[in-house]
Amino acid sequence: MDFRLTEQHEALRSEIRACIDAHIDDEVIERAHRTGANHCVELAKALGDSGLLAQAMPGEGQDPMAMWMLSSEAEKAGAPFDSVGMALVIAGVLNEAGTAAQNQRVTAALLAGEEFVCFGLTEPDGGSDLPAITTRAVRDGDEWVINGSKMWTTMAQVSDWVFLLTRTDSNAGRYGGFTVFIIPMDTPGITIDPIHTMSTERSNATFYDDVRVGDEWVVGEANEGWRVVSIMFGFERGMANTGALTPLLARFGKWAEASGVIADPVHRERMAQVAIDAQVAELLTQRTAWTAAVGEPSGTEGSIAKVFATEAYQRHARWAQAAAGPEGLLGLNEPGAATDGWIDHDVRHSVPQTFQGGTTEINRNNIAERHLNLPRAR
Amino acid sequence: MALDFSLSVDQEAIADAFGAFFAAESPIDVVRGAEPLGYSPRLWQKLGSLEAPGMSVPPHAGGGGATLSDLVVVAEALGESIAPVPLVEHWVASRAYPTPEIVSGDQIAAIALRPADAEGIWRLVPGGAVAGVVVGVDGDELVAVHSSAPMVSPRNHGSAPLADRSARGGQRVVLGEAADLDRYLDLWRVLTAAALVGIAERAMRMGVDYVLERHQFGRPIGSFQSIQHGLADLPALVDGGRFLAHKAAWAFDAGLVDGAGVIDMDEGNITEFAPLAAMALVHAADAAAVSTDRSLHYHGGYGFSLEYDIQLYFRRARGWANIIGDLSLQRRRLADLLWGRAEATAGR
Ligand SMILES: Cc1cc2nc3c(=O)[nH]c(=O)nc-3n(C[C@H](O)[C@H](O)[C@H](O)COP(=O)(O)OP(=O)(O)OC[C@H]3O[C@@H](n4cnc5c(N)ncnc54)[C@H](O)[C@@H]3O)c2cc1C
Repeated sequence: MDFRLTEQHEALRSEIRACIDAHIDDEVIERAHRTGANHCVELAKALGDSGLLAQAMPGEGQDPMAMWMLSSEAEKAGAPFDSVGMALVIAGVLNEAGTAAQNQRVTAALLAGEEFVCFGLTEPDGGSDLPAITTRAVRDGDEWVINGSKMWTTMAQVSDWVFLLTRTDSNAGRYGGFTVFIIPMDTPGITIDPIHTMSTERSNATFYDDVRVGDEWVVGEANEGWRVVSIMFGFERGMANTGALTPLLARFGKWAEASGVIADPVHRERMAQVAIDAQVAELLTQRTAWTAAVGEPSGTEGSIAKVFATEAYQRHARWAQAAAGPEGLLGLNEPGAATDGWIDHDVRHSVPQTFQGGTTEINRNNIAERHLNLPRAR
Repeated sequence: MALDFSLSVDQEAIADAFGAFFAAESPIDVVRGAEPLGYSPRLWQKLGSLEAPGMSVPPHAGGGGATLSDLVVVAEALGESIAPVPLVEHWVASRAYPTPEIVSGDQIAAIALRPADAEGIWRLVPGGAVAGVVVGVDGDELVAVHSSAPMVSPRNHGSAPLADRSARGGQRVVLGEAADLDRYLDLWRVLTAAALVGIAERAMRMGVDYVLERHQFGRPIGSFQSIQHGLADLPALVDGGRFLAHKAAWAFDAGLVDGAGVIDMDEGNITEFAPLAAMALVHAADAAAVSTDRSLHYHGGYGFSLEYDIQLYFRRARGWANIIGDLSLQRRRLADLLWGRAEATAGR
């Protein structure tokens, strides 16, 4: 085994870091938390202009290490990056399954950091059981007419596109009869209602009333949508959003030194445990990227990394808050707040990490069935 | 050089060879037959014929010159079959004191993890019950002491060949200063971590096999989700332990020791050997403890019976790790390495 990045990767990392540093300051971070959109147009554009997004796009022949590095550097810097991460995933899916016209029109703009896309998968009654969704697309002449509603369409308010999963044939079995569309958000019939959360991230409910689109916006084949979302899950899981322990510990460590808490052996012991779990989370994430790079992903590495990293993040954020006492309760940028309020943010922000992108339980099912070869649970 | 989570071709060959060796020569009845002492002279002899006891010693001292990464591969295989031989201790001690008899394995060497007490006794030395030489700290010195192996051990949790050994009675060779022990202990940490990963891996697989076979309520208990989820947490712990042990070994083999590596807590970038070795041991100890605990629990009452093998793994998971002392103190020691010693803890 080898744990050194290549010189090219080190150079790429420095370039990513410089780009992030040039566009992210406290004000940008504060704006993201205030507006509820983990999104920064300037950063996206800069990453696009320098070709970093094109490099980091997931998919065959691409370098999965680049996506991991981009995500991990953004996490360390606290940069509003979610909209870019989502754009990368969809660019990768379109690149693999989309038409030339879609790639020309959509993928190029996503990779330029100029346009953004939200994921319209989850529905009020279709969460973990995604095949239970009921949003329908019905054929009408040359067009499709879409009706239904989606929950948790995060970033819809800043997006130009929605990547939408619909039912087009309900008699085609559990995974058959789905169709994915990529649709302009300003298409008549789409409306957005905000969902405010206990953290600083806003999400949305989105509604689709007689939304009419042509065949040119079908991604992959009609009725082959499950294959398309499966590609997406493969790109999404366990390569991003697993690096939160490092900034948590860095900020806590600085506060512990300043406050003198660092001398307490009980806290030192726990800090050491956080450092271990941060290393393990990073190694498991790197392994996910590496298996993708060498073309041997089993499909469970991402689940293994995600469950470990997000569960540990929750556990340790809550510990850090308790360890910081009353000052750990104060919000971002409140005077006197331990770690400038990041601990409070981490406790809140870590909550949805164990359901976004597949819940812990769904990922454990995946590991049990596909890695340990246990029978389907009942 | 690039990130790579696979074993090298050579290491694959080592893993296959030792995996096959331990499977053939240390099946579970050999493990049981060696209890309670936890030592099979026959197995040790066979390892000697493979020149395994001298693997860790550099060629110029007559040894096999294996890298630490290679030894990690063997130690994991040893852990998988909980082989009743003090190979890890012998490898570490022989790096400090490579006499021809020790390199050949004709004489077993052990390493005292804690300094000799006021009476000059090393307490509960792992491998100490069967070793003719013990390497350890006595006062300001790192010494090797030759004396006859007691060949009995107090009954202990992991059925390990432990013994109190004198640092003063017998032929005593001064090897260096007390502080020299640290680097040998780090080798012990990494190799013990690898052995614990082997325990964790095998215990996980035993659990999976059992829950597929055992039926209750008319179906395999492995189809119950609570059991699946308890087992599904284990691959992260096992793989994490394996990668940490390999990363520590990689750092050592690349010379990232004594400050040549990086410890950057802002970046989460750690390539220095000593903290990686500390992390590997603590994490692997947890992984082995959790894996054997869950696996045993899913065996139900049978897991508690002597007849089932999982109890052998459960006991060694604890016995092999806790012999170095309270793992909480190992975590505090890791904190010293990462953040520097805190004044308030310095006197503890
Ligand atoms: C902040 C945030 C952002 C999100 N962003 C998006 C987005 O951009 N686009 C999008 O489409 N979706 C998004 N999601 C939705 C997310 O993917 C879902 O929350 C997730 O799939 C779970 O669905 P659910 O919330 O309906 O929970 P449910 O599926 O109702 O699950 C409730 C609980 O039951 C458990 N459970 C369900 N099924 C099983 C089972 N078979 N075995 C064991 N336990 C089970 C779950 O683990 C969970 O704990 C977002 C969610 C959040 C919170």
